[in-house]
Amino acid sequence: MADIRLEGITKRFGDVTAVDALDLTIKDGEFVVLLGPTGAGKTSTLRLIAGLEKPDAGRITIDGTDVTKAQPAERDVSFVFQQYSLYPHYTVYQNLAFPLKSPLQKWSKQEIEARVHEVAGMLHIEGKLKNKATELSGGEMQRVAIGRALVRRPAIYLMDEPLSSLDAKLRAELRVELKRISMELGATILYVTHDQVEAMTMADRIGVMNQGRLEQIGTPRDIYLAPETIYVAQRLSSPPMNLIEPSLFGITAPTGTESVGIRPEDITLSQSGGIEGRAVLVEHLGAETVAVLQIDGAQVQALLDPHATVAEGQTVSVGVKEDAPLFFDRDGQRIDAARAGG
Amino acid sequence: MAEIRIENLHKAFGDFVAVRDSTMTVQDGHFFVLLGPSGCGKTTTLRMIAGLEFPTEGNVLLDNDDVTYHRGRERDIAFVFQMFALYPHMNCYRNLAFPLITQGTPRREVRERVTETARLLRIEHLLKRPVGGLAAGDRQRIALGRAIIRRPKAFLMDEPLGALDTEFRDLMCQELRSLHNRIDATTVYVTHDQVEAMSMGDMIAVMNQGDVLQVAPPQEIYDNPATLFVANFIGSPPMNFLDIDGGMDNTGSAKLAGGATVAAPTLAETPTSNELIYGIRPEHLVITDDGPMRGTVFGVEYMGARQVLTIDTEAGRLKVRTGGAVRAVAGETIGLDVTSARAVIFDRATELALPRAPQPAIREAAHG
Repeated sequence: MADIRLEGITKRFGDVTAVDALDLTIKDGEFVVLLGPTGAGKTSTLRLIAGLEKPDAGRITIDGTDVTKAQPAERDVSFVFQQYSLYPHYTVYQNLAFPLKSPLQKWSKQEIEARVHEVAGMLHIEGKLKNKATELSGGEMQRVAIGRALVRRPAIYLMDEPLSSLDAKLRAELRVELKRISMELGATILYVTHDQVEAMTMADRIGVMNQGRLEQIGTPRDIYLAPETIYVAQRLSSPPMNLIEPSLFGITAPTGTESVGIRPEDITLSQSGGIEGRAVLVEHLGAETVAVLQIDGAQVQALLDPHATVAEGQTVSVGVKEDAPLFFDRDGQRIDAARAGG
Repeated sequence: MAEIRIENLHKAFGDFVAVRDSTMTVQDGHFFVLLGPSGCGKTTTLRMIAGLEFPTEGNVLLDNDDVTYHRGRERDIAFVFQMFALYPHMNCYRNLAFPLITQGTPRREVRERVTETARLLRIEHLLKRPVGGLAAGDRQRIALGRAIIRRPKAFLMDEPLGALDTEFRDLMCQELRSLHNRIDATTVYVTHDQVEAMSMGDMIAVMNQGDVLQVAPPQEIYDNPATLFVANFIGSPPMNFLDIDGGMDNTGSAKLAGGATVAAPTLAETPTSNELIYGIRPEHLVITDDGPMRGTVFGVEYMGARQVLTIDTEAGRLKVRTGGAVRAVAGETIGLDVTSARAVIFDRATELALPRAPQPAIREAAHG
């Protein structure tokens, strides 16, 4: 295990700059998630670290050693892809043991057996070791695919949306498992996803990517509570953060404020005292209620109690929790209200 | 617009019963969701309503007319399979107009109806564009427009949003629902996704293995699930199920496996079975130092506005849903209590929920 460091990494494909002067350090034992939409440069970053792509500029070091020009096999990394690429004619045991049988690995038969059982236990697939890969459910196949990466002890595990092809329930289950395994192993992981829930729930630190650049990196709580840009705030909030004009709620905004961000959970409804609005859509989701409110010309979404007594078409009094608004300037950069001094 | 009623509908394919003796009414103007895992019979039910499949027994009534054995095209119903099916060589206007043109609708009326539909879907600005370069959401809107332009009595939709990614699906859910609010058309919607069902449905019918287990409004299904299956299928994370040690004497408490005694709802009748399950939703567990249960934090899933904690207790592993402000660390020991009035007691043998005694309305604690 070791620190992975990217310094000024740039990768172009023709006219497109996929990764743009990226600086990123993943510390030993850290679980870092790169979050961003398709085309943000997340997967390219993984592939650059793995050596599947060569950068146009910049340097990659693993544990202080420059590997920028090294072949994939010479780098000490394990890659988990989005699609479970298992050997269909092999059993689960053989699939798991395969990476250890490489001549570069020099594992004894007993060591391999112990290791395969250990990893199978971690992933709860011990009972399936003798099954053919084709005799597994989707969730089991993906566990095996992850297991095949975990049997090795590389400097870093690179994971490219490994859960995205699974159904919601299984994904939620494996999220918790993966986080636990990473802690047990003390593994260094760089994980790529477009799913903000995966990023928020698993990461020690989240790097939010946008058009090849790292917009912000920090712990989930830090970047949720103190996003530096509109882009970051919107990527992390679900339902999405409301962006409104400061005048809408009569909010006192610092100089230079172009728009105000209010998270759905910071919108309150009451009988009176707020701004008049109309509920145009109410979704009772069980554990919570989402209401879409029309206020003047604007629409805002509110995240409410499950038993909030708001009905579609109803007129409501809308307020904003104190200290909740986030202020953004014309370039979408957040203005720190405390530091700006109002 | 129409009321759809199915009476004792039964469909067998050889030995396999796809739909078992199912009776329900879709009220005029309702958004009615058939929800269940794959193979539960929801699509077969929809296909029988559409006339694409004939039942083995039972009836389908459309506005009190028995249409059980009418062919699909003799029923005034629009079936939306996959919303992406557009004619690539036609522009958006032609795609919308096509169903009317094939019916021989006069040109002027076609123009009026296309304009009207485009307005409803807020796609007026796209009409002259080719469908080729459209964003996924706009394609979906055009396809939806093509279904509603005929103004049928009812819409039947089979997982129309299934192929979309989460973020976009949430958006389309809201759009579909607000479109429904504007045109008030009776809609039967099939999905396996409980979030879609909860967010859009006026009524949800939960199905499993050919049986309709419960038909009720979303929040009612969520709060008062009729069976263990329904309780487990709806909600994310799902309801926690804990074994009750011995029976219940119905005096407002239950002793859980592992020893903790927690408050329990008063039931309409004292249960006779000793095999009972205490069901509690993750948001109805409260973290408090002096709670009757103790547990160790196994995992923390912070999601900003909310977080889900996984806690190992003597009664088993539990999920607790709480606001984002709570700070919990894996490995830490915490106390837990319950909001008892919302717990559900199940009989293990029948898997049915035991009815609660009538009670005054429950006051909720604030969110977060």
